[in-house]
Amino acid sequence: MGERNILITEVALRDGSHAIRHQYTVDQVVAVAKGLDDANVPYIEVSHGDGLGGSSLQYGLSLTNEMELIEAAVSTVTNAKIAVLLLPGIGTMKELKQAAQLGVKMARIATHVTEADISAQHIAFAKELGLETVGFLMMAHMVPTEKLVEQAKLMESYGADVVYVVDSAGAFLPHEVKERIQALKNSLSIEIGFHGHNNLSLAMANTLAAIEEGATRIDGSIRCLGAGAGNTQTEVLIAVLNRLGINTGIDLYKIMDVAENIVAPILEKPQEITKDGLILGYAGVYSSFLLHAQAASKKFGIDSRDILVELGKRKVVGGQEDMIIDVAAEISKQKQTAHT
Amino acid sequence: MNKVKVGILGSGNIGTDLMYKIRRSDVLELTTVIGIDPSSDGLKKARDFGYYTIDTGIKGFLENPDLADILFDATSAKAHIRHAKLLKQAGKKVLDLTPAAVGPSVIPPVNIDKHLDADNINLITCGGQATIPIVHAINKVQPVKYAEIVATISSKSAGPGTRANIDEFTETTARGIEEIGGAKKGKAIIILNPAEPPIMMRDTIYCLVENDFVDQKKITQSVKDMVEVVQSYVPGYRLRQEPLFDGNKITVFIEVEGAGDYLPTYSGNLDIMTAAAVKVAEEWAKNMTSKVNV
Repeated sequence: MGERNILITEVALRDGSHAIRHQYTVDQVVAVAKGLDDANVPYIEVSHGDGLGGSSLQYGLSLTNEMELIEAAVSTVTNAKIAVLLLPGIGTMKELKQAAQLGVKMARIATHVTEADISAQHIAFAKELGLETVGFLMMAHMVPTEKLVEQAKLMESYGADVVYVVDSAGAFLPHEVKERIQALKNSLSIEIGFHGHNNLSLAMANTLAAIEEGATRIDGSIRCLGAGAGNTQTEVLIAVLNRLGINTGIDLYKIMDVAENIVAPILEKPQEITKDGLILGYAGVYSSFLLHAQAASKKFGIDSRDILVELGKRKVVGGQEDMIIDVAAEISKQKQTAHT
Repeated sequence: MNKVKVGILGSGNIGTDLMYKIRRSDVLELTTVIGIDPSSDGLKKARDFGYYTIDTGIKGFLENPDLADILFDATSAKAHIRHAKLLKQAGKKVLDLTPAAVGPSVIPPVNIDKHLDADNINLITCGGQATIPIVHAINKVQPVKYAEIVATISSKSAGPGTRANIDEFTETTARGIEEIGGAKKGKAIIILNPAEPPIMMRDTIYCLVENDFVDQKKITQSVKDMVEVVQSYVPGYRLRQEPLFDGNKITVFIEVEGAGDYLPTYSGNLDIMTAAAVKVAEEWAKNMTSKVNV
C-alpha cells in the first residue's frame, strides 16, 4: 500500500448525525464502521453532531446514547482509530474520559475560531489521557488570516498535535483556504488539517487547495453525509487523490461500496445543495442550523432563507441554535405588523 | 435604620462594579475596599469616593476587622478558600463571587430565606442566576423532569477564570438547576460570541414538565411574576418574548442588560452576579439589624 501522504478522518458518524437528526442506531454505526475499516480508513469520528454531550433540546436529542455508539464502533474496527469531537461549553472532560476508557484514540477539541483559550484544559487533559489531540477552529471564515494563526498557535501551545481549519459554514473560496493554510504552515510546526462543507459546491476545490499548501489531515463524509450540504465527499476525494498520485491508503472500490450499499440507505434523502444549503455558504452560517431553520420556517410560516440570512447578519456562531427560533419569531412578528 | 458595614475584597472589574451598586443601598454602608495593587483602577476609584482602602489584601483587613461585618469576595476561587477560613474565624459573613463554592448556593428569589444565618454563601454562576429562577417558577406550577439552559455571552465579558475552567460553569450550573431550580435532571451549555459590538447576555431555558396536560396560562404567569422579582434587583433582566409551548416542552428566552455601573451594559452576565450579591447582603443586613433591634 505504501506510506499514506494524507490521513483522512471520516466524519459521517459525527457530522452526518446532524443530517439525520442524531438518530443513529448501533446497527448502523457498526455497519458503517466495519465498511470503513475494511476500506482502510485510518480515523472514524463518532459522537453526537455537536460533539460529546451534545444530546440536548438545543441541538437535538440522540436516539442512542453516544457512548454506546462509540463502544460499538471501537469493538467493530481492527485497524481504524475511533475519534471523538468535544466542544468545551457543551461537553466536559468527564465525557472525554469516558470515551477514552471505551478505547477512543483521538480527541478533537473544537472552539469558535476566536475562542481557542477555552480549550487549553481539554487539550491538556486529552494528552494526559494518551490521546492524539487535534485543535479544531470552527467558523474559520469569520476572521482574517492573522487572527486564525494567532488562535492556532494557542492550540499548538496547549499541546495539540494537529490544528484544523474548519469551514463550518462552507463559506470559504479556494484562494482564501490557500492563504490560510500557507500562513499556518509558515507559523506552526505541527500538522495542519482542513474540514470543508459543500454548501457552495467548493468542498472538493477547497480541500485540494488545502492539500496543495501542505495540509496533511483531511476530513470527508462518505456520500456527503454531514451538516448542511455535507462535507467533502470521501469516496470522490479518494478517487481524485488517486488520480493526483496522492496516497491515502484507502481502497477506492471498497469505500465506493460502503457509500452505495451502507450509507446511502441511511440518508433520509440524497444530500444535494438545496436553496437552504446554498444560503448557509452564501451567508456564512453554521451548517448544523439547516434542519432547525427549516423547522422554524414551517412553525412560523416564513422563508427559511430570511432566517438564515438574518442569523448571518447577526454574526451568530456555532451552537447558537436557540437564536433560530428567536429570530424566526421576530421576523414573523415584523411581518404581521407590516400587514396590519 | 442602622446600616450594616461592608467591605469589598478584590479591586478588579467585579469589585469595582460592586462598589457602585453598594453606594445605592439603603441598608449597606460600604466602608472599605481591599486590594493588593495600590495603583489599580478599583482602589483609585475607591479613594476618590472616600472609602478606606487597604492594599495589603486580607491581612490588612484582619488588622482592622471592625471596618466591616459583611465582606464581598471578588478575588479568585483559590484565594477565597483561604479568605473563607480567616473571615470565619473573625466572625464575618462572606458573599463569595468566585467559583470556590465553600458555602451553600443561593439564588435570591428562590432560596435566600433558607440561608439568612449562613456565614458564607456562593452565587453559582451568572448563567445560574439568570435561569434557575425561571426553572423554579415553572417547577412551582408543574414538576420539571428535565431543564436545559443555554447561556450566550459576549467573548469580551468572559473573564480569564471562566475561560480557563469552562467545565466548572456547565457542571455547577447544571447542579444548581437540579438542587435549587427543582428539575429532576439539569443540563447547561455556555457559548461565547465574539461579535462587535458585543452582544448582550442571552439565556434560553428549555423545560420538560411531567404531565401531558400543560397549564400554559399558569406557567406563563408564574414566569412573568418571577421576571418581575428578578427585575427588582437586576433592572436589565427581561423576557425577550412570550414563553413558547410545544407539547410538554416550554421555552423561555431571557436577555440581561447590565446596569452600566462600572462594567459596560453588554456584560449583563457580570451585572447579574454583582446585583445578586448585593441583594443577598441586603437581606442579611435586614435580618441582622432586626435581630439587634429585638
